[in-house]
Amino acid sequence: MFTLTDAEREVIWLSLKVSASAVGLSLPLAIILALLFARCDFPGKRLCEGVIYLPLVLPPVVTGYILLLLLGRRGPIGAWLYDAFGITLAFRWTGAAVAAAVMGFPLMVRAIRLAIEGVDRHLEEAAATLGASPWWTLATITLPLALPGILSGMVLAFAKALGEFGATITFVSNIPGETQTLALAIYSLTQTPGGDTHAMRLIWLSLAVSVAALLVSEALARRIVRRR
Amino acid sequence: MTSLRAEIRHQFEPITLDVRLDLGNGLTALLGPSGAGKTSVLNVLAGLLRPDVARVTIDDVTIADTARGVWMPPHQRQIGYVFQDSRLFSHLTVRQNLAFGRWFAASRREGIGLDDVVSLLGLHPLLHRHPAKLSGGEQRRVALGRALLSHPRLLLLDEPLGSLDVARRQEILPYLDRLITELRLPMIYVTHDWAEIHDRAQQVVVMDHGSSRVSS
Repeated sequence: MFTLTDAEREVIWLSLKVSASAVGLSLPLAIILALLFARCDFPGKRLCEGVIYLPLVLPPVVTGYILLLLLGRRGPIGAWLYDAFGITLAFRWTGAAVAAAVMGFPLMVRAIRLAIEGVDRHLEEAAATLGASPWWTLATITLPLALPGILSGMVLAFAKALGEFGATITFVSNIPGETQTLALAIYSLTQTPGGDTHAMRLIWLSLAVSVAALLVSEALARRIVRRR
Repeated sequence: MTSLRAEIRHQFEPITLDVRLDLGNGLTALLGPSGAGKTSVLNVLAGLLRPDVARVTIDDVTIADTARGVWMPPHQRQIGYVFQDSRLFSHLTVRQNLAFGRWFAASRREGIGLDDVVSLLGLHPLLHRHPAKLSGGEQRRVALGRALLSHPRLLLLDEPLGSLDVARRQEILPYLDRLITELRLPMIYVTHDWAEIHDRAQQVVVMDHGSSRVSS
């Protein structure tokens, strides 16, 4: 019988917590940016898109290091966060969530943007002739129609967060119980003599978690599509 | 008695319309061949197309005056629009589609209710279905009901029988006639087919490549 040790349970719980927080953290902003990119033209749009897609092309270690420079206790944003709200990100699980969010953000924005671009604008016009203001139209027509894309963006970001390694280890290090997620724990075990059996167990676990997440999202997506 | 004064000129899709109409409480037909700009005129009236020049007043309310920069957004115009392609919301049931405009109409004035529209247009068996599961004629009827329930002061109909076969037309026509006689709502009906409107329209506006004239 496959039973989990306390340490393994902790690693999985932490990974899920970090990934879910990363998705929750980025979703509102991703929707706003996807809307802006899909529907508005403004000066500096290309540059904005470039900056957001940057984590896709940068080595993750570089992204992690930039996060450390900006969000570390002495960094410009990190120092302000600490002074104003008493929030510390560096070497905390919250920092791991931020790193995972930044890495998954481009995937999420891209998926949601494509979904919004796929919404038939004629339907939005119809909603307007029925008396719906642009905000109502957004809430009742555009976003619900883009829901499958929003969902797949969330899944992509969640998957990315679950597997995130380079940016996390650079920004928040590899602290068991605080920032050591599945990927980091597997890495540590493979570096430890005799840790292979343990690593293998975690690899199977990560496989199970990923497959479960995929199945759940597939089922959700199918339910949405079937209702149409 | 609803009166409409419309002066519209547009270069990109060449349309010219300059009419003063008493719409009454019945059907005004906008007749002309394909490409005469009939749909564009409806889009301007609904606020979906902003032409080079437009001066439109309904009952002394200016809804568009490009020279003075006046352009009332579509959701404030209270002009219902039945599109040629129905444009039903695919993620909502028929009932939800019908009720959509009522959210915004409720505060405006009393008018026809959901049950009235359902029985007027024979929509009862369709209420819990999704638009994808409806035939073309059924979709058109739902679109008609949805527009009515937003309590418009003017209803625009863009070829409501277009792209339907003869049997489907025969299915819709009785409903349309009931609508005209029972609701007494000013309507502008776009078509290229004289037979559709000759015994229904109070007056006819003929549009033909850049010109328009009114006949009764």
